[in-house]
Amino acid sequence: LKMYCLSGHPTLPCNVLKFKSTTIMLDCGLDMTSTLNFLPLPLVQSPRLSSLPGWSLKDGNAFLDKTELIDLSTVDVILISNYHCMMALPYITEHTGFTGTVYATEPTVQIGRLLMEELVNFIERVPKAQSASLWKNKDIQRLLPSPLKDAVEVSTWRRCYTMQEVNSALSKIQLVGYSQKIELFGAVQVTPLSSGYALGSSNWIIQSHYEKVSYVSGSSLLTTHPQPMDQASLKNSDVLVLTGLTQIPTANPDGMVGEFCSNLALTVRNGGNVLVPCYPSGVIYDLLECLYQYIDSAGLSSVPLYFISPVANSSLEFSQIFAEWLCHNKQSKVYLPEPPFPHAELIQTNKLKHYPSIHGDFSNDFRQPCVVFTGHPSLRFGDVVHFMELWGKSSLNTVIFTEPDFSYLEALAPYQPLAMKCIYCPIDTRLNFIQVSKLLKEVQPLHVVCPEQYTQPPPAQSHRMDLMIDCQPPAMSYRRAEVLALPFKRRYEKIEIMPELADSLVPMEIKPGISLATVSAVLHTKDNKHLLQPPPRPAQPTSGKKRKRVSDDVPDCKVLKPLLSGSIPVEQFVQTLEKHGFSDIKVEDTAKGHIVLLQEAETLIQIEEDSTHIICDNDEMLRVRLRDLVLKFLQKF
Amino acid sequence: MDPECSRLLPALCAVLVDPRQPVADDTCLEKLLDWFKTVTEGESSLVLLQGHPCLVELLSHVLKVQDLSPGVLSFSLRLAGTFAAQENCFQYLQGDSSLFVASAASQLLVHVLALSMRGGAEGHPCLRGDDWPACAQKITDHVEESLCCTATPKVTQALNVLTTTFGRCQSPWTEALWVRLSPRVACLLERDPIPAAHSLVDLLLCVARSPVFSSSDGGLWETLAQALSCLGPTHVGPLALGILKLEHCPQALRTQAFQVLLQPLACVLKATVQAPGPPGLLDRTADDATTVDTLLASKSSCAGLLCRTLAHLEELQPLPQRPPWPQASLLGAAVTVLQLCDGSAAPASSVGSHLCGTLAGCVRVQRAALDFLGTLSEGTGPQELVTQALAVLLECLESPGSSPTVLKKAFQATLQWLLSSPKTPGCSDLGPLIPQFLRELFPVLQKRLCHPCWEVRDSALEFLTQLSRHWGGQADFRCALLASEVPELARQLLQDPESYVRASAVTATGQLSSRGLHAPTSPEYAEARQSLFLELLHILSVDSEGFPRRAVMQVFTEWLRDGHADAAQDTEQFVATVLQAASRDLDWEVRAQGLELALVFLGQTLGPPRTHCPYAVALPEVAPARPLTEALRAFCHVGLFDFAFCALFDCDRPVAQKSCDLLLFLRDKIASYSSLREAGGGPNTASVEAALPRCRTGEHAQPPGDQEPEAVLAMLRSLDLEGLRSTLAESSDHVEKSPQSLLQDMLATGGFLQGDEADCY
Repeated sequence: LKMYCLSGHPTLPCNVLKFKSTTIMLDCGLDMTSTLNFLPLPLVQSPRLSSLPGWSLKDGNAFLDKTELIDLSTVDVILISNYHCMMALPYITEHTGFTGTVYATEPTVQIGRLLMEELVNFIERVPKAQSASLWKNKDIQRLLPSPLKDAVEVSTWRRCYTMQEVNSALSKIQLVGYSQKIELFGAVQVTPLSSGYALGSSNWIIQSHYEKVSYVSGSSLLTTHPQPMDQASLKNSDVLVLTGLTQIPTANPDGMVGEFCSNLALTVRNGGNVLVPCYPSGVIYDLLECLYQYIDSAGLSSVPLYFISPVANSSLEFSQIFAEWLCHNKQSKVYLPEPPFPHAELIQTNKLKHYPSIHGDFSNDFRQPCVVFTGHPSLRFGDVVHFMELWGKSSLNTVIFTEPDFSYLEALAPYQPLAMKCIYCPIDTRLNFIQVSKLLKEVQPLHVVCPEQYTQPPPAQSHRMDLMIDCQPPAMSYRRAEVLALPFKRRYEKIEIMPELADSLVPMEIKPGISLATVSAVLHTKDNKHLLQPPPRPAQPTSGKKRKRVSDDVPDCKVLKPLLSGSIPVEQFVQTLEKHGFSDIKVEDTAKGHIVLLQEAETLIQIEEDSTHIICDNDEMLRVRLRDLVLKFLQKF
Repeated sequence: MDPECSRLLPALCAVLVDPRQPVADDTCLEKLLDWFKTVTEGESSLVLLQGHPCLVELLSHVLKVQDLSPGVLSFSLRLAGTFAAQENCFQYLQGDSSLFVASAASQLLVHVLALSMRGGAEGHPCLRGDDWPACAQKITDHVEESLCCTATPKVTQALNVLTTTFGRCQSPWTEALWVRLSPRVACLLERDPIPAAHSLVDLLLCVARSPVFSSSDGGLWETLAQALSCLGPTHVGPLALGILKLEHCPQALRTQAFQVLLQPLACVLKATVQAPGPPGLLDRTADDATTVDTLLASKSSCAGLLCRTLAHLEELQPLPQRPPWPQASLLGAAVTVLQLCDGSAAPASSVGSHLCGTLAGCVRVQRAALDFLGTLSEGTGPQELVTQALAVLLECLESPGSSPTVLKKAFQATLQWLLSSPKTPGCSDLGPLIPQFLRELFPVLQKRLCHPCWEVRDSALEFLTQLSRHWGGQADFRCALLASEVPELARQLLQDPESYVRASAVTATGQLSSRGLHAPTSPEYAEARQSLFLELLHILSVDSEGFPRRAVMQVFTEWLRDGHADAAQDTEQFVATVLQAASRDLDWEVRAQGLELALVFLGQTLGPPRTHCPYAVALPEVAPARPLTEALRAFCHVGLFDFAFCALFDCDRPVAQKSCDLLLFLRDKIASYSSLREAGGGPNTASVEAALPRCRTGEHAQPPGDQEPEAVLAMLRSLDLEGLRSTLAESSDHVEKSPQSLLQDMLATGGFLQGDEADCY
């Protein structure tokens, strides 16, 4: 059982598990932090950005942690746990010779598609006149200014995929539902479980008859919109792979939402605008719900909320149709019937408006002060670039960062100097360390495997011993490009016995409750299923020499020596020896058993738990006599 | 006891001891007991028992009846206890052996013990108890035996009996009792674990507090010292606090107790301080392994110990007998605990990092530490620590992770710190820090006023109100406040959807307006002020919730009292408008506050009410602002009489009482103008008299101003206000609560009330 760790990013994992002749990839997250090394892609040619000294707008941006650790064409299946963890899928399915199947839930696929579509749209709508890639050459990279010269493995950075590749990748996905059991080649069974983090987000159980591996990715115990996390099914795991914990363990999401609302209200009351760089799905639903309750109480109902994304409309509508994937509260609304999310009402009352981009209708409707939700959170592409340029100069405006994936200071770097206020309210609902410790106590896996970042306190808070995984035995950690032998050995395999063969067995009880029988059979293995069939009957002995030789080839079924069991009680054994005329017997205790010395006969009988040796000097008669005495104490079958 | 009850009592006693009679429920018995307690307070129990032999019969009878209901039995025993506690009349029961069996209730046992000692060995107690009365001897033996018992409940019981004894009886014999039993008590301290530690602490403190032991200690102080060193951290805190609260106690013991009390904080400091910390706390306390163990054992034990310690120290702080106070160390410890809670403390040892993990985000400890930090504002500390304290408070107020309850405590503590500093900057530890602190505080306050959680908005407004009440005149404060958006935000919160927040916003904006702290951004200063009055008046007239309306009335009363510009400009108009709105209000508190405002107006017009305190220096009567007739005309004009007369018959008693007081005050004032009586000359009271019945039925009186002052005066004289006041002073259910009613009810349930000859028809 081996795990190949292809990503070092704990919340964007990509691991390959080799388990019982299957090769399973667990998630394929795309670490986009490398985009921060690029300049923003403005929708409108920005004189400021393009006139920066020594730089011109360069290569597209896309990036994949890929190593030569494993041949990705050998991957049989890919299990996706949530839409954030599938963003590298086209790179794998389209460029590695991958021929397997991808499993994911329907909301994951639909929203994942939206995220990819938005990404492709953001990149493709600002085509670059020229592209340069020479700088990826290590010798040239070395000459670049910091932090570019320090960027690791620049050569693995890739261009963004196309919509065509996205479609092709998504077509390889097979939809699954929570708790559905999926057989892989008869060898293992995989099952997605609700993880409570996002619409359709899942954890996975990978099990055979005797082994169970749980894969926990982004999960949440908070009551937000998705179905609650299924913890019970994770019990009795041999190994639990734990990834996707909160990226901001010290921030409490409720407090951050409060902070978000307060700062939003303060800005808008002062006549300023609020910019919220965000993904088009996920936390935005919760924020809109929060604002739905808050804006009236704060007297802000006349302030327009704008949601700008090429997929804004689909995202808002999709969220309302996945009722079965929502938390109980929202599910029950559907039967009233009401839309599960209140953003429907915000749209109806014209408080929330959504647009595919800043062009077109938006420019006509645009009123200030307002609140704008738009992507991309890296501030390197998407409509957010435009608003940063537009509002950055006024201290009345505020940009509020809610997505925890990017360092907000680095994201802001190309826009400095900046007059607008910047507020960092990262909202990450994934498990924190207290919740993990409760989860592990309840689920009790034999072994925990996690990214190395989770086994030590965060570097900036080295004294916070509470901000790490604390479990017994200590968690096994992995880092990027490591191959991990998982700490358990497979010891059993299930084998079926044909009825007629089973009929022929005569079990013998050797201890109360334990019976044994010897079996001679032919093991038949196909599709990872094992079957014992009766052995072929030995051919009738004939006089012909040739025939006889053939029957010799059949393993010597007939001359099987009986199997022995039981133990030899030394005292009785000595008495028996005396009864049979041996005298001058001496018994010595050894670490493993006893040695019975027949001094007269210069013979030594060594009795141990699983072996008995008779050592005598070339006296076969004596040895056979002694052997028979020993055998009297043992059972044969 | 009144004769009617005396007549009913024998029949009732008969019902009680008759197992065949259904006795009314336990609440009746409870009420009956309460009544007997009142009766015995008024007259001698002995006389009562002698006058009502049925009671003695009841008490002796219940011990013999086999299948008596437990309720009646317990009632009888408690009744016996009530009598015993009062008088030396317990002879009726003293010798009964069944009493001892039944007296598990330690209270009764103690009464019996005390009573028997009073008759016997009082004055010359013998240590061995040879000459003690048999009953006392028996009880003492039983207690002694229980103390040696291995079963904790028995020990607890014995300790409780002793605690009650030493708490109630302060005769010399109690010393003999202690001398006899203290070795047994000391033995308990040697057991592991110490049984009934909680009761043991109670007993030791009770003995220590008893004046009997103030001169000679009888080994008491040694036992206390031993207890301080043996008891675990959970129980030793209350003991140490109790010892420190004692008025007389050896210095060494006090020192030991204080060290024990400080132990947990010393551990926290030691675990987090890099360099040798401030002297005082750490030097004196040795390492204590059990305290450290408790701190590290679990999150709940750590939080529990710290919370209790902080609460104990908080309790100790204001006491005159508190030991020399290590203010600096305590301040340091409070700051450190808060830093541990918000995760910013730097641990210096493995214990420290463990604490860091345990306390991070622990709201309970955070609240206790904030309370304690607030208390510490009373003392002075080194500038550096004060800076740290303010920084940690600001951090707490700022942090998005702070829960609403923590924020409330943080606001309170901050207020205490700010208010503790003298008004003139530069004279205190805090003075030079304040301008900077305020500059940082107001943006935080601004943010909190916009918090989605209404509790937070509410606490922030309360904080703002308090702060401007005390600091409204201070330049630094005014400057920082007016530079912020706080006044404007407070004003916007008048429209908050949560009624508590609206009420707080009303109080806050009212206060700001009194202090002239309006948002400077508003173009028309006066207009803004005027519109605030209208806005508040609007709330008073239309707000659906009571709290904001009450708050408005309070603000208006304060405005009138302080001569706020809106009230002073045209006082009569102001009062008339407000009273008109208040008189229509459905909330009695609003109406009562309306009368308060009317009283202020009366006082301002006629001079303040005479003080009721007999020792107060009598001020010379201030000449009223204007002639009485004119004043009366003004009262009529603003509708004061209408309001007051209607309120006199208000269905809510406090309103009627207040109105009665107001009218009495007015009548007294007028009485001092004798000339007025002559001026009257045949007043026409008809119109007012006509109005009164309508008031009674809740209808509305005439519009203000159309009454003749003379008519009102005559009305005032003709009303029996004193009589009305005494009627109102009785509670509305005084008839239903009478003992007769209770006795009759109980008898009726028992079906035993036979005296109704009138029903023979």
